[in-house]
Amino acid sequence: MTQTLDQIFVLAKHWLLGFLPAAIQPFCSALLSVVAIILVFATLFAITTWLERKGLGRMQNRLGPNRVGPCGLLQPLADGIKSLTKEDIVPAAADHAVHFMAPVLLVAASFLGYAVLPIGRNMVLTNLNAGVLYFFAVGSLMELAVFMAGWSSRSKYSLLGAMRAIAQMISYEVPLVLASIVVILHTGSLSTVAIVDRQAVYTGIWPHWFVFTPWGLAGFVLFMVAATAESNRSPFDLPEGESEIIAGYYIEYSGFKFALFFLGEYIGMFATSAMAITLFLGGWAAPFSFLTWVPSYLWFFAKLLAIISAFIWVRGTLPRLRMDQLMNLAWQFMLPMTLINLLAAGVWQFMPAGVARWPVCAAIVAVPFLLLARGLKQKRKFQLRTYRFSQ
Amino acid sequence: MLGDGILKGLAETARNFFGSYVSRDRLTTIQYPEQRDPQIEAARSFPFLVFDGADWQQGLRCVSCQICEKECPPKCIFIEKSKDKKPDAVGKPQFYPVRFDIDISVCMSCQICVEVCPFDAIKMDVDYDLSTDDRFGGLLLDRQRLAKSNEHYNKIHPTEAAAVDAALAEERAKAKAAAEAKASAAAKAATEAKAAAVANPAPAPQPAAGESQ
Amino acid sequence: MTASFTILAAITVAGMAAAMGLRNAVHCVLALTVGFAGIAALYLQLGAQFVGFTQVLVYVGAVAILAVFAIMMTQSRPSATPAPRAPLWAAGGAVAAAVFAVLAWAIHSNALSVQALPPQPEAAPSATVQQIGDALMHRFVLPLEIVGLLLTAALIGAVVIAMGRREEMK
Ligand code: SF4
Ligand code: SF4
Repeated sequence: MTQTLDQIFVLAKHWLLGFLPAAIQPFCSALLSVVAIILVFATLFAITTWLERKGLGRMQNRLGPNRVGPCGLLQPLADGIKSLTKEDIVPAAADHAVHFMAPVLLVAASFLGYAVLPIGRNMVLTNLNAGVLYFFAVGSLMELAVFMAGWSSRSKYSLLGAMRAIAQMISYEVPLVLASIVVILHTGSLSTVAIVDRQAVYTGIWPHWFVFTPWGLAGFVLFMVAATAESNRSPFDLPEGESEIIAGYYIEYSGFKFALFFLGEYIGMFATSAMAITLFLGGWAAPFSFLTWVPSYLWFFAKLLAIISAFIWVRGTLPRLRMDQLMNLAWQFMLPMTLINLLAAGVWQFMPAGVARWPVCAAIVAVPFLLLARGLKQKRKFQLRTYRFSQ
Repeated sequence: MLGDGILKGLAETARNFFGSYVSRDRLTTIQYPEQRDPQIEAARSFPFLVFDGADWQQGLRCVSCQICEKECPPKCIFIEKSKDKKPDAVGKPQFYPVRFDIDISVCMSCQICVEVCPFDAIKMDVDYDLSTDDRFGGLLLDRQRLAKSNEHYNKIHPTEAAAVDAALAEERAKAKAAAEAKASAAAKAATEAKAAAVANPAPAPQPAAGESQ
Repeated sequence: MTASFTILAAITVAGMAAAMGLRNAVHCVLALTVGFAGIAALYLQLGAQFVGFTQVLVYVGAVAILAVFAIMMTQSRPSATPAPRAPLWAAGGAVAAAVFAVLAWAIHSNALSVQALPPQPEAAPSATVQQIGDALMHRFVLPLEIVGLLLTAALIGAVVIAMGRREEMK
């Protein structure tokens, strides 16, 4: 019974495919999965916009949307209709073809990553040998889309926004990849399915998630910080920077294209979050061995929602960084820490399994962290800023 | 330690988030069209014209002196004076406005018109949800839309209205006393004249009676 | 020569040709990116996943971005550069032909590649990360170290140049 429930979507797909001639079965199977992924995550996008506005509202002593439907639940629908019916304006000076292609490429690139993300047991579109590499490769396509959007609009704000976005994405891609390398080092595989399988085993009731190791914890935190920056979310939302450059690279977009950018950004955020889950939080694996009867995809989406809530929480808390703070954080803190974490993971790999490697690896990560933090504080890089005129 | 400030901030927002479900202090939003904050007494939005009694056309206090029209800084008042006169609250015959328009899309709520009006005829309203889809006609308030009863004035600015009412009542009492004095003087003069006429049937010095006023 | 190879090759060649032919520098870079992506797809078609994705990551993700960054920094308005003069065309053609000849000769003379035309394509070896790591760390450790040294030197050089500029500005 639990088996069936767990595999219900896989079985349903096979049952549906049974009606088709064998020749087109592989094609239809892929098509079915792709449509399912797009529908599910587009719905998740709608839910997330509602959740985000509600959550932010509560954090700011407001109620958030509450007019459309019960508790404002139909608000995303209203937003969608609004953006669909809005006039689509293209600046006269814009490079029309590139201007049109940018949002399409962004959304396409953000959806491509899902091909290797295991959503549940046996629920992955393709089990690529180099899955993780594929994920980061298509992630880099988004930079190109951002550039195309910013450049083709022929507006100084959008160009500035694109410059910021690309500089930020390039800078944080390094720690992002380095933070995930520890997992690859440990599993010896780039396949996401293999990585999750390694974590879906239990000692007693405790799972073998990588986040429960010193290097895994540090890697997870670093990965999430870099992922926040990669997906342009607060406090790293400088590319949008409403107060300085209005909306950044998509300022010249309106109506549905604007909505596409929004969609792409959120879909990208879900993808990186899902990657973090796959790498560190055990993917679809249950948190305790006695909970394995709950269908695997439910665990995956529960974890995804938890991470999304954390994103919203952080957004409601932190103010936006300045450009130099952003770069300092990337190159002076994130990069050294990821390299040190790599060292810790290596030491873990070579030490005999036992209790001894826990304190050693924890020290390898924690001591440099404290030293680095002290050093940076003394350099007054992360100090409270004093202002000359406005105080 | 690096990052403890972030944790503190996260704790604060979390407190706000969960507190908003239990404590009124952490959810200060008013659901505007359905709920409203009570107005403070000194609130003001746009001017209105006060009338006494039941009929707004009869009771308008404005005598069309056009002082407010001249003083209004953005010149958003337009008044057309009547040709005839009608008795005002005190009973004196006065002009009255046949047109009195205020363009509240121009009005800046400065209250100068209220300050300069010698007749307490124009006061500040507190109504603020005046949005309309007709940006010309809908925001150009005419006489009828401007006229509001003295009771309304008493309701929105009780202290101020009470003072105004007291002053007006005093004035009215004075006017009434004066009228009574005048009436009694006239009556006295008339009886005197009658007596004189009885005593001295020569043609009476009529103007003298008039001059005694 | 399968249909998919033909399509991918056509896309690649078209992208590269457009990269040379277009007048707007940014359009050239975008066309070049299409070419890179086409090459990556060709690698994937050969079963070399690692190389294919690295191609995307490095060329599309880094080289193309670097190029557009350079263009954005240096040129504010899109300028239409005049077409190069005919002699340059001729020289370019000659160089291209020479390179093509050398490559063709190298591939053709390598008898192994001709013989190894896959009799059963599904058995094409797909290198795992482990194999690649082993190869890098054992057989090719010297070239790897040399390349690493070279890149470090380049990195330090870039930093030094950037630092020097800042001193001047002060
Ligand atoms: S409040 Fe000021 S601006 Fe408005 S009508 Fe009166 S004098 Fe004019
Ligand atoms: S409102 Fe007052 S100041 Fe204005 S015309 Fe009437 S009486 Fe005169």
